[in-house]
Amino acid sequence: MAGWSEKLRRNGFGWGLVLPSLLFLCLFTYYPMLKSVWLSMYEKNLATPEPLFVGFGNYANLLKDQVFMKVLGNNIGFAIGTVPTSLGLAFLMALFADKAIKGRGLARLSFFYPNMIPMIAVANIWLFLYTPHFGLLARLATWIAEQPINLLGTPNTVMGALIIMMVWKEAGYFMIFYLAGMQQIPKDLYEAAAVSGVGALTSIRRITIPLTMPTTLFVGVVAITNSFKLVDHLWIMTKGGPNNASNLLLYYIYDTTFNFYDQGMAATMTVVMIVLLLIISSMQFFGWDHKIHYE
Amino acid sequence: MLKQSKLTALLLLVSIMAIAGCGQTNKSSAGKDMNTNQPAMTASTPESSESKNVEITFYYPVNVGGPLTKVIDGMVSTFMEQHPDIKVNPVYTGNYGDNTVKIQAGVQAKQPPDVAVMMSTELYSMLDMKAIIPLDDFIVKDTDIQMSDFYPAFLEDTQTESTTYSIPFQRSTIVMYYNKEMFKAAGLDPEKPPATWDELVTYAKKLNRDGHAGLEIPGNDDSYWMFQMLARQNATDPKQNIMSSDGKKAMFNTPENVEALQFWLDLSHKQKVMPEGVIDWATVPTDFIQGKTAMMMHTSGNLTNVKNNAKFEFGVAFPPAQKQFGSPTGGGNLYIFENTSPEKQAAAWEFVKYMTASEQAALFSSSSGYVGVRKSAYDTEAMKKYTADFPQALVARNQLEYAFRELSTHNHGKVSKAITNQIQAALAGEIDAAGALKKAQEEADQALAPFNK
Repeated sequence: MAGWSEKLRRNGFGWGLVLPSLLFLCLFTYYPMLKSVWLSMYEKNLATPEPLFVGFGNYANLLKDQVFMKVLGNNIGFAIGTVPTSLGLAFLMALFADKAIKGRGLARLSFFYPNMIPMIAVANIWLFLYTPHFGLLARLATWIAEQPINLLGTPNTVMGALIIMMVWKEAGYFMIFYLAGMQQIPKDLYEAAAVSGVGALTSIRRITIPLTMPTTLFVGVVAITNSFKLVDHLWIMTKGGPNNASNLLLYYIYDTTFNFYDQGMAATMTVVMIVLLLIISSMQFFGWDHKIHYE
Repeated sequence: MLKQSKLTALLLLVSIMAIAGCGQTNKSSAGKDMNTNQPAMTASTPESSESKNVEITFYYPVNVGGPLTKVIDGMVSTFMEQHPDIKVNPVYTGNYGDNTVKIQAGVQAKQPPDVAVMMSTELYSMLDMKAIIPLDDFIVKDTDIQMSDFYPAFLEDTQTESTTYSIPFQRSTIVMYYNKEMFKAAGLDPEKPPATWDELVTYAKKLNRDGHAGLEIPGNDDSYWMFQMLARQNATDPKQNIMSSDGKKAMFNTPENVEALQFWLDLSHKQKVMPEGVIDWATVPTDFIQGKTAMMMHTSGNLTNVKNNAKFEFGVAFPPAQKQFGSPTGGGNLYIFENTSPEKQAAAWEFVKYMTASEQAALFSSSSGYVGVRKSAYDTEAMKKYTADFPQALVARNQLEYAFRELSTHNHGKVSKAITNQIQAALAGEIDAAGALKKAQEEADQALAPFNK
């Protein structure tokens, strides 16, 4: 009994500190998640306003939903298009911002700047850049293709156009992490390399890249989850069109809830998305993390 | 140790208060709708009859450029001056899409607005959600409303199976805008806009020069609206529409509709008078104003925008006919909601009646470019002056005899998305006209199947 009260006294304070944020997490994160899991077992839409239990029927229907498959494919394509490019670019920019002697602050600021603009504003700016007849990039594309081309109105180009925008926006953000990672690397390693007559490129390949691997993993996970979470631009730029060519998972979930009033299916897709994001973020905690540390 | 346990207790208290706070806000906002005003009123003036004071919430979207919120808020305050016993809280909710989402969320939370402007096409969704009330009882009892004074084309989508569920408010049709200076430059008579599809093509070919397009028809967002127009123009039956009037059947895949869609595709691919691909709804008026296109098909709701910004003389005409003239109507009606008290619904009805009376219809039409919903609105002084200065505003009204109901069905979101997506695919050259409509029909049939049991 004495041990119990001692334990309470020791841990009570800790729990007390955690409690407020835990409460809000439960209210706004865990409870809605569980509710989504529950709702995903029911059919609830305009034709069946009273929820009807269907077990895993929604999940089976999801596999048959061509739009869902297309959207999932789009999202994977979007991730493949944005993540490696923005990571590579972020690394190069960090190298530059780390080494630049003159105008270091300016370089960092200008690389980071796109990230400070809200997504909606970015979408509006790029919408204008892509507007046929008027936009700079639209004119460039027209000049290259030698015929008028509507980048956001053509299924083949719309995804590429959005990927470029996203890379532009995200790379600066990831650069910050690389910059921090690079400044952690002891300078004597480079000095030793220089003394041994190793070239700059080799020292980047042999020192900088391996020693920033933990950063790469972390940034990679953030970038992949971001590519599933960032859909604000779709409202402004394409609404997922033309013919779902630029539609992404989260936007499709929104459409299903608020446009199709199909809450059961929307909950099912939400659960799929939560599981996907869980798997991606768990990469950081299991296995992979140990393999790439060099300390 | 004592100190720490006190802190723990404090933290617990804070958390409990946070939770209680969350609960409280919900409750008090619910209470506010009901009667927060009443106790205060009755406390200060005990003799005034408390049942007379009603507070209602009014949601409205604005979908065209210009300071329309001021106009609507102004109309609301004049209403309150004339009806001191009714307090209206106007809430601007963004565009039509945002507006519908907010209303839907309110309905789910059992806290709907009392009255709202909403797309006419939401009728069946709202009925399936049991969110709105029929207005027949009010209409029968109230002779002031004069339903016959509304244009029949606008009443069509307020009704289903001979019950009326809404009153027309913010309404439009598709009209053709054309640049008179470009007509002159191309050797065309600026007072004679094309009246048939053949003329449209010939004119557009002549106008497609000097770096501007002959014609632009927007194809994203709700491209079914433009498709409906072409389909009706190509229909032999004067009453042909692309869905049944009970909202349970879609009729996309017919030979005449395929021809109509083919004509649209040909404008870009065969005749080369229109830019290829899906043309953006919002950039079309900009293109027209900036002289990037000589003609455009767009909503009459853009009249004021074009009038204020075009630096050239422009004309407005009916979109050309193939077998007949035709344009779907568009825009929003006023709906009254379930889950409130009868007093509030009665107050909402008073408000609806006021907002759609001739003077208000005239005021709203002349300040927005939307079509006046009542015939008598065009007899008011304000409207006579407006149309004398700006005769283009009469075109949309005159077209109403050829106007018909916008696509509206059960499961409207899915059905309209099916046809919109396939039209976009066809415009982008991924599928031919016949294939697109066949696919759209299949998807629509699937979405409508539960309602045809």
